[in-house]
Amino acid sequence: MESLVPVPVVLPLLAAALKLAIGGRLRRTQAFISVGTLAVVLAVSLVLLVAADRQGPLVTNAGGWPAPFGISLVADRLATVMLTVSSAVTLCVMVFSQAQAYADQEQAAPLAIFHPAYLIMSAGVSDAFLTGDLFNLFVAFEMLLSGSYVLLTFGGTESRVRAGATYAVVALVSSMLFLVAIAVTYGATGTVSMAQLAERFTPLPGSVRLLVELTLLLVFVVKAAVFPMSGWLPDSYPTAPAPATALFAGLLTKVGVYSIIRLEALLFPGGPVGGLLMWAALATMLLGVLGAAAQTDIKRMLSFTLVSHIGYMVFGVALFSVGGMAGAVLYAVHHITVQTSLFLVAGMIERRTGTTSVDRLGGLLGLAPLISVLFFVPAMNLAGIPPMSGFLGKLALVRAGVADGSPVALTLVAGGLVTSLLTLYAVAMTWNRAFWRTPPPDVAGAGTVLEGEETPEDAEGSGGAEGSEDAESPEGAGGSEGAGDPGERGGPGGPGGPGGPGGPDGPGEARGPGAAGAGRARGTEGITGREIVTSVRMPPPMIGATAALVALGLSYTVLAGPLSAFTVRTAAELLARRPYISAVLGSGR
Amino acid sequence: MSVPLLPIAASATLVAAGASLLLERSLVRLLAGVILLGNGVNLLIVTVSGPPGDPPILGRSAPGRMADPLPQAMVLTSIVITMGVTAFLLSMVHRSWQLTGGDEVQDDTEDRRVRLRSQRGEIAEAVRERRRAYRGLVAGQRAELVRLNAARHERERRAAREMRRRIDETGAELDRWVREHGEALPPERVAERRAEARRAEEESRRERHERVRRIREDFARRERELAEHEREVRERLKVRRREARKQMRAAIRADRARQARAEDPDLEGDD
Repeated sequence: MESLVPVPVVLPLLAAALKLAIGGRLRRTQAFISVGTLAVVLAVSLVLLVAADRQGPLVTNAGGWPAPFGISLVADRLATVMLTVSSAVTLCVMVFSQAQAYADQEQAAPLAIFHPAYLIMSAGVSDAFLTGDLFNLFVAFEMLLSGSYVLLTFGGTESRVRAGATYAVVALVSSMLFLVAIAVTYGATGTVSMAQLAERFTPLPGSVRLLVELTLLLVFVVKAAVFPMSGWLPDSYPTAPAPATALFAGLLTKVGVYSIIRLEALLFPGGPVGGLLMWAALATMLLGVLGAAAQTDIKRMLSFTLVSHIGYMVFGVALFSVGGMAGAVLYAVHHITVQTSLFLVAGMIERRTGTTSVDRLGGLLGLAPLISVLFFVPAMNLAGIPPMSGFLGKLALVRAGVADGSPVALTLVAGGLVTSLLTLYAVAMTWNRAFWRTPPPDVAGAGTVLEGEETPEDAEGSGGAEGSEDAESPEGAGGSEGAGDPGERGGPGGPGGPGGPGGPDGPGEARGPGAAGAGRARGTEGITGREIVTSVRMPPPMIGATAALVALGLSYTVLAGPLSAFTVRTAAELLARRPYISAVLGSGR
Repeated sequence: MSVPLLPIAASATLVAAGASLLLERSLVRLLAGVILLGNGVNLLIVTVSGPPGDPPILGRSAPGRMADPLPQAMVLTSIVITMGVTAFLLSMVHRSWQLTGGDEVQDDTEDRRVRLRSQRGEIAEAVRERRRAYRGLVAGQRAELVRLNAARHERERRAAREMRRRIDETGAELDRWVREHGEALPPERVAERRAEARRAEEESRRERHERVRRIREDFARRERELAEHEREVRERLKVRRREARKQMRAAIRADRARQARAEDPDLEGDD
């Protein structure tokens, strides 16, 4: 059983290497490798989850070096539950991205670059969850970051390079800070094994302990995008390809939250920074959600709610009780699933209409009922409508906060409820404007879809014209599509459409929004960052992957009993600390 | 363990220089900052993690005099990682140079859009405020006009009453005079007096007509003046409104231009 522990780290790395060697060829084999690898990782994570729940933490020492000296990988309840959810999400997003790339006729670049980077990132995430070694945690961060750099700047368009610069610099600074923290830790204790650190931090002078704790906390807080350090996230996430954003939103910040949990529970139990974390959580929740309410772009709105809801988990950690920790873990599980599915739906909206700005959207409920349902369910889940898992997570946290009873905790409970309401306001506003209202005449509505079932060659043509990224290429391709425009208008473009926005003025007027608004809309970016043709056709795997995630989010309601019992067990194991330490260092200690 | 001051100072200098370079907008300087920062931190790890010693290779030096090998392994790892990240940043610099001809990090346009929206809201609010003020002004002028009208009617009514009173008075006086001198005077005198009285009455009627005419003229003039005044106020209001609208349009245009500049890399500045 122990030998399965390294699989989630090693297997994606091997697959990435294999795929790099194959390059852009053998599409089916490549797809099989990617999906197969992630499916195996998911299966192994499930096995580990059950085993860790039954037998306690599973430990394996990399390279056979004994525990305090070598790198140990530890699969306890917290690590395995995070691992399981993250690999399920990773698998769904991978299916989604493959379907999107295939439908957009973009094959070579995704296969040769996107997939390996994706796999390396997922290996990094697994490593971060499993590692029992502080320096290896740094390496895991670097692994997932280098994967995410590539995914974020994929295609190298101007906006992505700009977003990538912000992201890379923030990540680099936090990595350097992490190294400084490791240097101080090693200088003070002479070890980087977390189990041994947990024992060796206790006798240290208080000031040194506080220094190390605060430095490490700062690093993780940057990763998790907690308030004073959250500004980078909404600037960098929305420009990335939809599947990458979805994955980042689901996993990367949760890696930071996971690290905060480990830090607070294992290394510095009951440290003096609990109060600080409380206030940070409050500021994160409120400022994040206020930012979300001000946005007009769905992806940006979601990025802000992402930041905001990190506050809930930090709140749970800061309470430092079994209830709080259990709530934080439950909330993390819920939030990974829901946030990822919302970003995937945003990607589908973008593919359907060419934009995610609610100013230019409207009437999607009539146009794309399936997308609407797929958006509505996780959006309500995010806002915490009972009986969905968002409500359960918030309920657990509120109960833990009330049980704590201190004024700060009660303030946070109130802040959490306000945040929940404001989240509902933000998503309801998006819902009203993008899905419910009648589309204004110049909105990219029903009549502006340029590619329907009959014209797959259109997409091919644009794919060919894409080769050179020069300024004239979009014009040329746009013109060639414009020629075919009026003919298609009557065909697939009008499911429930009000006869085209420019009906009375003839084709000249109708082309206005058609050619400029949707055909090659600025900011409409496919997986490689070039402008794509919008389509009424959603490949079934895209819908299937998103629906699977939505269903996973809903299934937490069905499994609420076992799940919350499990999170309570997880929290108890975390706060006891002994199982982890003795599993790593041997039960004699 | 004694603290080796020199390496720590060197590391601090490197970190400080790297951090200040990281604050630059140019990606190349940023890259230099990352490299300096990485070197400073690596130096710190090696310095603080134990006393110096012999190379940690079995068979070449006694295990007791060896330096701790773990920090060296960590530093090696971090050097490799820094190198990889540096390569990535370099490629990003190159891409940025390809796309924009420079390596400056651009502002986020979506942030600008949100800011622009709030500015537009403020301007619209100001315009609404001013329109409300003008409406209040117009209403005040109208009320003033109504008040003046009422006052004029009152004055006219009073003048008419006065005149009727005087006519009655004159009639009563005439009657009295007739009663006193009726018998004493010869009929021709009476006729003369009557003619005189009629003349006087005629004259007074003319005078009265004259006065009514004057009052009417006066009233018409005043009304014209008032209308003139109101027109003027309206004109002024229109001009001001147009000006406000022009201002708003100019502000919006300027914002758009700024926005365009933000997207135009050559003109990019620190807003």
